[in-house]
Amino acid sequence: MKVIKQSPIKSALTVLALSLASSTTMAQELSITVTNLTQGLHFTPVITAAHASDNHIFMASEMASTELQAMAEGGDISGLVSMLNNADANINENPAAGLLAPAMSASFTLTNDSANTHLSLAAMVLPSNDGFVGLDSWVIPEAAGTYTVFLNAYDAGTEANDEIRGSGAPGEAGMPVPPPLDAVIGMNGTGVTDMESNDKVHIHRGSLGDSDMSAGTSDINNSVQRWLNPVAKLTITVQ
Amino acid sequence: MLTFITQKKSSNKLTLQLLIASVLTLGLAACNDNDNVVEEVVVVPVTPVMEYSYSITLTNLTYAQPLSPVAVALHGDTKMWQVGQSASVALEKLAEGGDNADFIALTSNMATTSSEGAVPPGASVTLDITTTEPMATYLTVATMLVNTNDAFSGLTGVDISTLMLNQEKSWRLNVYDAGTELNNEAVGTIPGPADGGVGYDATRNDIDLVGYHSGVVSKDDGLSSSVLTQAHRFDNPAVKLTITRTK
Repeated sequence: MKVIKQSPIKSALTVLALSLASSTTMAQELSITVTNLTQGLHFTPVITAAHASDNHIFMASEMASTELQAMAEGGDISGLVSMLNNADANINENPAAGLLAPAMSASFTLTNDSANTHLSLAAMVLPSNDGFVGLDSWVIPEAAGTYTVFLNAYDAGTEANDEIRGSGAPGEAGMPVPPPLDAVIGMNGTGVTDMESNDKVHIHRGSLGDSDMSAGTSDINNSVQRWLNPVAKLTITVQ
Repeated sequence: MLTFITQKKSSNKLTLQLLIASVLTLGLAACNDNDNVVEEVVVVPVTPVMEYSYSITLTNLTYAQPLSPVAVALHGDTKMWQVGQSASVALEKLAEGGDNADFIALTSNMATTSSEGAVPPGASVTLDITTTEPMATYLTVATMLVNTNDAFSGLTGVDISTLMLNQEKSWRLNVYDAGTELNNEAVGTIPGPADGGVGYDATRNDIDLVGYHSGVVSKDDGLSSSVLTQAHRFDNPAVKLTITRTK
């Protein structure tokens, strides 16, 4: 390292400037926009949290918590909210005030405490049995700027992907069907599978669907409600 | 409503100042009933014309989706499409029929070029583009996956002003759906060699919002009315794009 001789006052000022610049103990203000990139999926209420490095909403290849299961099977984020509150996380709930429709965006601000250096997000994707869009522990940059993160769809591994109308309650088969979905998905499907042999959180293999709205194996419309990753875009501006 | 927050605070302030300045100017002009605002124009010193050149290479990463003639444009700070908004008719023509003539002719473009023909799967094309317009620092590239109803790939409104001479930048690009035509994959609706059907149709019978494409289903994977086969399926990314500033 290059050492430049300078007056004591100048040195003191430099040290002060450096300590201010490298300060990691200050809260940050984040402006966040989440975009549903798909044309055929709805997202249930989105939960976004800044939390400590040792907390997770989910982890790929780990079993889902019961709180994650409730979100992934029925869109219920209340369990995740209390789990994160107990961990002193900074939380934003439901920025779209309901479902985030295909191709729509929701924006919000989140101020994170100094210890909450990681960002996570989750929302169920509909129609699905236990699919969700997720972000696990993205390190929040210290430098001001705008950052873009693309998000994939995961499978909670807690429910068989039968792809037919059913329940959003944890442990109960079938897909929840809130009003906007009712008109766009099929009925009388006989079920794609009753097996869920991978019970760890994994990248969702996608829906099969079929082209028959009143019969067939699946109630998912194969030319509209399949997807390719990524399914969401997160734009984060660090002030 | 999409909200993109990319401006820094300083530029917001500048915008505000400019706005105030222009409001004051308008106010003065109105009060004096005087249309002559020539005095307000800042005289720019005459400098030698700078020329900026870029070399753009696009590679088709798909198995069996030829890419329509690739449109390349340099322009000011604007986007030719956004997820959640309706496609322009120019984009619709490109995405449904592979015809980029209107897209190239958009008045916001300051410099344009196009590949002469389609780019087959596995092939690459390199295009050179030159401009003397100092504001032409945003890049748009667009091309249709021709064995689809209205799938296209590309990027739009990407700031290339920070590219140094000989500096290179690369992207792997995902596939968008123009949202202007149902993905029914039906005989007669797909312009590519898989069908030889109609390209652009002014009727909009889909969601009418640009989004990411869900992929083609094909007759081999559960859409019996589809003219496409398993070979026409694709995944993200579909295109690799590299830009190098050459001058």
